[in-house]
Amino acid sequence: MNPFGIQEYPDYPISGAMRYEFSPYESNGGSIVGIAGDDFAVIAGDTRLSSGYNIHSSTQSKLFQLAPLTVLASTGCWCDTLSLIGLMKVRLQMYENTHLKVMTTDAVAQLLSITMYNRRFFPYYVSNILAGIDKEGKGVIYSYDPIGHCERTTYRAGGTAGPLLQPVLDSQIGFKNMDSTETQMPKLTKERAVSIASDTFISATERDIYTGDSVLINIITKDGVEVKQMKLRKD
Amino acid sequence: MFNNGIVQPLWYNGPSPGQFYNFPGYANNGNMKQCHETNNSDSTRSTAMITTGSSVLGIKFDQGVLIAADTLVSYGSLSRFQNIDRIFKINDNIIMGGGGDFADIQSIMRSIDQKMIEDQCYADNIAMRPKALATWMTRVLYNRRSRMNPLFIDVVIGGIDENNEPYLANVDLRGRAFSDYVVSTGFARHLALPLVREKKPADRDFTLEEASELIRQCMEVLYYRDTKNSSQYTVGVCKVKDSTSNQCDVEGPFQVDEKWSFAKMVKGY
Repeated sequence: MNPFGIQEYPDYPISGAMRYEFSPYESNGGSIVGIAGDDFAVIAGDTRLSSGYNIHSSTQSKLFQLAPLTVLASTGCWCDTLSLIGLMKVRLQMYENTHLKVMTTDAVAQLLSITMYNRRFFPYYVSNILAGIDKEGKGVIYSYDPIGHCERTTYRAGGTAGPLLQPVLDSQIGFKNMDSTETQMPKLTKERAVSIASDTFISATERDIYTGDSVLINIITKDGVEVKQMKLRKD
Repeated sequence: MFNNGIVQPLWYNGPSPGQFYNFPGYANNGNMKQCHETNNSDSTRSTAMITTGSSVLGIKFDQGVLIAADTLVSYGSLSRFQNIDRIFKINDNIIMGGGGDFADIQSIMRSIDQKMIEDQCYADNIAMRPKALATWMTRVLYNRRSRMNPLFIDVVIGGIDENNEPYLANVDLRGRAFSDYVVSTGFARHLALPLVREKKPADRDFTLEEASELIRQCMEVLYYRDTKNSSQYTVGVCKVKDSTSNQCDVEGPFQVDEKWSFAKMVKGY
């Protein structure tokens, strides 16, 4: 067994032996959460980068600030993430040079969608959540699938613990399937969004081996991006 | 479409209408019994590693970086070349340790050497920085993997970046790159990384003495426990000498202090 975990066999067929083709993809783990409010957007991602049972780094951020009011969280295959982020940064720079203004969050969302669809037949194996303030000053998040399907939502969880976190957000922010005639549902404040995001990561860390170490939270308002970091379990 | 009355296909090397099309980049769909690799043009090409270098370990300390690797290049289970330097001085700011297929390492070193010569020809006293080289390597390796023809390497790149900041990164065959205070490839990931992480002081960087001692201990553990490691190793050092210059060399070869005296007590096998 060599370091890449690929079985070494001769080139001719051997009966009963399985041989794995080189896989261009690898899951490097990690989870991301995005929550949008009236005038803010919260985007959080853990800082663990792993491969199988190895942890490469416990201080690798998954959040990339593409524009003063736009942050992209990207997790999945790290090589694809780096390549996609590089491409997006270049395209945003080109836009600024041509139009002498910063791209709006909605425009970035569309750009990301078509960039990903360009690789329809060899996808970027990443889950993306784009968070920002749109041109009316409202908080907004867009979530993506690996081939660029884009959907504007109020909240979204992605990454390896996505399926674990999404139901928590459905209940705490969406108040799904709750009897809403009785109590007045509280309006989503920035503090509540940050505390829900932190709590979901604490829960995710308990049950997902690829999530942990610490979580970086970016709170985007019209004044800019505020960064918070919270420690998580290291196991 | 018609050429001399003969129907030409509308496209080549693409999906055949009505047939199942294997998209490039996906493993053979569910056919686990298949024993050899095929692609759409029915040629068999191996992406296996042949002559390989084992682990590389890099540690960042307050004044620079240390990168260590043993001097063995194996041919499967044969210890074929026992005196090979796998740590390279790239320029006065960068050192690199190469693990994985050694032919691919030599191939990428050729490109890197050409890059450095080009740099020197500009004669502007500006030498490339480790972060720039690491980013370039990431892009090259990513593009190779995207063409399904990877360079099977796992490298550690370290050195002194701008503002005399030490920098240490790991780039693998798929273009997965990251930077941290300790990075490694191969077996060192399992054996050496936990050792170093445990010794890391919470509030400060390692000192040169601490880092050197860790390298010595890790090389010893790797020799005892990794079958594809040998007892001889070299260490690349890149540290800040003063505000304008660095000291960047590959030192060695060093020998692991092998202790086999317990062997006398072993009976029975």
